[in-house]
Amino acid sequence: MSALDHYSYWVTIFLLVAGLFIVIARGNFIKKLIGLSIFQTSVYLLYIAPGKLIGGTAPIVGAGFQVYSNPLPHVLILTAIVVGIATLALGLALVVRIREAYGSIEEDEILRAEQSAARDDAT
Amino acid sequence: MIDGTHLPVLQVVVPLLCAPLIVLVRGGRIGWAIATAASVFFLASSLAILLEVQRVGVISYAIGSWPPPWGIEYRIDAANAFMLVLLGLVASVVAPYAWASVRAEIPRDNHYLFYALYCLALAGLGGIAVTGDAFNLFVFLEISSLASYVLIALDRDRRALLAAYQYLILGTIGATFIVIGVGLLYLMTGTLNLADIASRLGDVRQARPVLAALAFLTVGISLKAALFPLHMWLPGAYAHAPSAVSALLAATATKVSVYVLLRFYFSVFGTTAVFAAMPMGDVLLALSIAAMIVASAAAAFQTDLKRLLAYSSVAQIGYITLGVSFATATGLTGGIVHLFNHGVTKGALFMLVGAIAFRLGSSRIDRMAGLARSMPLTCAGIVVGGLGLIGVPGTAGFVSKWYLVLAAIEAGSWVIAFVVVASSLIAVAYVWRFVEVAYFRPPSEETARLKEPPAALLVPAGVLLAASVYFGVEPSLTLGAAYGAAEALLAGPR
Amino acid sequence: MRGYLVLRVVAKIIVPFMLLFALYVQFHGDFGPGGGFQAGVIAAAAIIFYALIFGLPAARRVVPDRVVESGIAAGVLVYAGVGVAGLLLGGNYLDYFVLDPDPVSGQHRGIFWVEAGVFITVSSVMLKIFYMFAGRQRKGDDG
Repeated sequence: MSALDHYSYWVTIFLLVAGLFIVIARGNFIKKLIGLSIFQTSVYLLYIAPGKLIGGTAPIVGAGFQVYSNPLPHVLILTAIVVGIATLALGLALVVRIREAYGSIEEDEILRAEQSAARDDAT
Repeated sequence: MIDGTHLPVLQVVVPLLCAPLIVLVRGGRIGWAIATAASVFFLASSLAILLEVQRVGVISYAIGSWPPPWGIEYRIDAANAFMLVLLGLVASVVAPYAWASVRAEIPRDNHYLFYALYCLALAGLGGIAVTGDAFNLFVFLEISSLASYVLIALDRDRRALLAAYQYLILGTIGATFIVIGVGLLYLMTGTLNLADIASRLGDVRQARPVLAALAFLTVGISLKAALFPLHMWLPGAYAHAPSAVSALLAATATKVSVYVLLRFYFSVFGTTAVFAAMPMGDVLLALSIAAMIVASAAAAFQTDLKRLLAYSSVAQIGYITLGVSFATATGLTGGIVHLFNHGVTKGALFMLVGAIAFRLGSSRIDRMAGLARSMPLTCAGIVVGGLGLIGVPGTAGFVSKWYLVLAAIEAGSWVIAFVVVASSLIAVAYVWRFVEVAYFRPPSEETARLKEPPAALLVPAGVLLAASVYFGVEPSLTLGAAYGAAEALLAGPR
Repeated sequence: MRGYLVLRVVAKIIVPFMLLFALYVQFHGDFGPGGGFQAGVIAAAAIIFYALIFGLPAARRVVPDRVVESGIAAGVLVYAGVGVAGLLLGGNYLDYFVLDPDPVSGQHRGIFWVEAGVFITVSSVMLKIFYMFAGRQRKGDDG
């Protein structure tokens, strides 16, 4: 058994770290959301990959089949995907409104605008 | 027909059904009526469940009549029954408050959306508290979180959008960490029912994936609970949200997350695995003390009263987790009772600050000079709530801090007991900032013209405030419930 | 894209088949891959396709905003209503066994209505998201 036997886990970990890195390192709000989606995708793979049994068929009872793949992860991840879509749609909607309110979707520009607004407020 | 045995599921389903109903009728007033009715039902049902739990111990409800562990199970013991009562109490006070507050703060076209989302958030929070299924817990967590992101963004202030976006990013990272943890547990045990996971963990309790699951769950839940240093989303979110939303979320959302942490630590992994084999107690202890001191100090330097209260919330979460970190009956009782007391106190405070902002149009402290002359009742209320945050005898905050000090002494650490008292002194500093400005500065032209906020805002806040004082003078009810909850948790896997 | 004759003709031919395929995925979901989620997205895709070719106002005339918003709520109510029906008939919440004297056909009946609710909500939500984003314009930009 070598490390490569678990390649699906390696892919999962790669996606997980890559997604999280984009969320943290990028200042663009859209890019952050893309990173977030990649991060969530890693979880889908984490659940789905172990559900597949080698030699197993689709989990529908039929004559002549003994080994079935596990259907539960698929159902769970269908739910998780829906949650992910809802989050992404809401995030994008917020970004659209941030763009309308601030005229930018770059984190540093918005924070600068916010700081100067706070300074004006104080004086 | 429907009878009392279905209360655990009705607790979640009634608010969940009310949300689409409000969207269908599209009316702000009807929406308010439906949301208030749902909240009151939630409170009544939670009280009935609490009494039933105290009689029989554990209630189990099989969704779809599929017996656990195959189907989704709703499982209520003393710990989550107590959470439900806190949720119901806060929700049924905030809903009447929302009537006047929402009309002042949210554009008219969005009123019905506010009440629909309010019901969704309530359903989600209630669902987290009742469910006994790990994945179901994640789904309810996301329902409540998505609803709260939108609720925060409904405010007119553009900074609310930014706060909601930041909360969305960090909240989603937290939730994803939780699913990863749950997934690893599922891989190792083949089940999602919390009680079943606990019983099957047996031999693999020390296996690497299970420990990784513990780590992922701890970080994910801590993000949701705003445990220091993962609290960065909280001040912005609470400071810029509409007042009713701040009150609801500050009093319930982070508290429910702390409950989830307790559930995983004590009922799934087990006390020995978390606190003896792994150094989670020490980690929690260090973070709690850091939260108590750093966040309290940060609160003392805020210029906005809502933001000040938000930082104070971070500190108070530190007190709750401090009690948890001892993993003793006294410590847990203190933590859980503080969870309740602080929820009630902070809910009242956010509502009162919202009432000030209703008249003043701002929650900046420097604009509140001499406010006590024009709004004596409101300001007195904030002072009473502030005394509760400090932990002055006669307020609910004193009871919980007393138990935390007792637990620290029981654990043999005078230093921690001293830190609890010392950090309360920092709380004096931040409460004093408001008192100094509102009571000892001459009123400005602006504040001199103001009148007391309307009764529609003051009465609900007063009810919560009275509750916080009542539970400070006569703590046997809350202490009894909290002690029952601590015992249920310490009894280990159910 | 209203000016392109080929696109308009092709769209008019394809859209009915997309909707039909959505219904196939919906109702064949009992026997093969499919169900309310997938069918809802396909149905919404048909309308979005229509909007891309004939313009947003045309799509809004076919499926008005009000209908979409009500659909989101109605689907959830149908789903939750099945659960409540289980309660009223003496079972637990979402209990399909009691929906019919024969437990197996009760399960069948339950999942049919639940999937119908999912279909309504998912297609409405997808359309709502599309309308929300497509309907916004940058300030000072005539689109």
